[in-house]
Amino acid sequence: MTQHTLDATGLNCPMPILKAKQALAKMEAQDTLEVTCTDKGSTKDFIAFCRQTGNTLLSHEAKDNQFIFNIEKSA
Amino acid sequence: MSEKNGMTIIASKGTLDWAFPPFIVGSTAAAMGKEVTIFFTFYGLGLLLKDLSSLRVSPQGNPAMPMKMPFGPKWLQKIDFAPKIPNIMWNIPGMELFATSMMKKTMKKNNIATIEELRDVCLEMGVKLIACEMTIGMFGYSRKDFIDGIEYAGAATYLDIAQGSNHDLFI
Repeated sequence: MTQHTLDATGLNCPMPILKAKQALAKMEAQDTLEVTCTDKGSTKDFIAFCRQTGNTLLSHEAKDNQFIFNIEKSA
Repeated sequence: MSEKNGMTIIASKGTLDWAFPPFIVGSTAAAMGKEVTIFFTFYGLGLLLKDLSSLRVSPQGNPAMPMKMPFGPKWLQKIDFAPKIPNIMWNIPGMELFATSMMKKTMKKNNIATIEELRDVCLEMGVKLIACEMTIGMFGYSRKDFIDGIEYAGAATYLDIAQGSNHDLFI
């Protein structure tokens, strides 16, 4: 179980989702990915993305105009 | 849940603004596990050319397009000039290039991905890009004008793929 990080700050829709998908594709099941974004629509988008792809959104938070998502890759 | 897991899109428009929706929705759907096919026909075919430098946007006949300065002092950037400029002004030679250059600057400033980037991501994610064979003939293109990794087909192929799709968009 490895922890990965992805800095998607400054990127706009749909790039944070696309970059997250590309990062997840290189990971093993149960690995986690922490994505940091500044895209204001990203909270709803990451919830929808995880729901559709079956990956688990462990947590999401907003602080200092940044949105941080913790995603666990599904099997 | 439906057994179908496809998304099919017809991309029929070839201006800079209309170039975005098929690639944005297509790449995002692929990222979310959909099998995506985009069929490029008529003016949309131009979005598959190797050289995208001719993509333009025109405020002509498009009064909804905001015209804001992408640079300068903040108060100036807030002003929308579109309702202040008569639409006929966009007939003047060079205005389309000017509007296109302003739009590109605005996109760059806001860190919007370029069409080339989005198109590359689509290919990387396995989105099937199909060029309409009939349009290629009609507009006098040849296959060497287009990027690698695309397919060439017609309406029947599109309909066959769309049969397995639960999202079918015409853009």
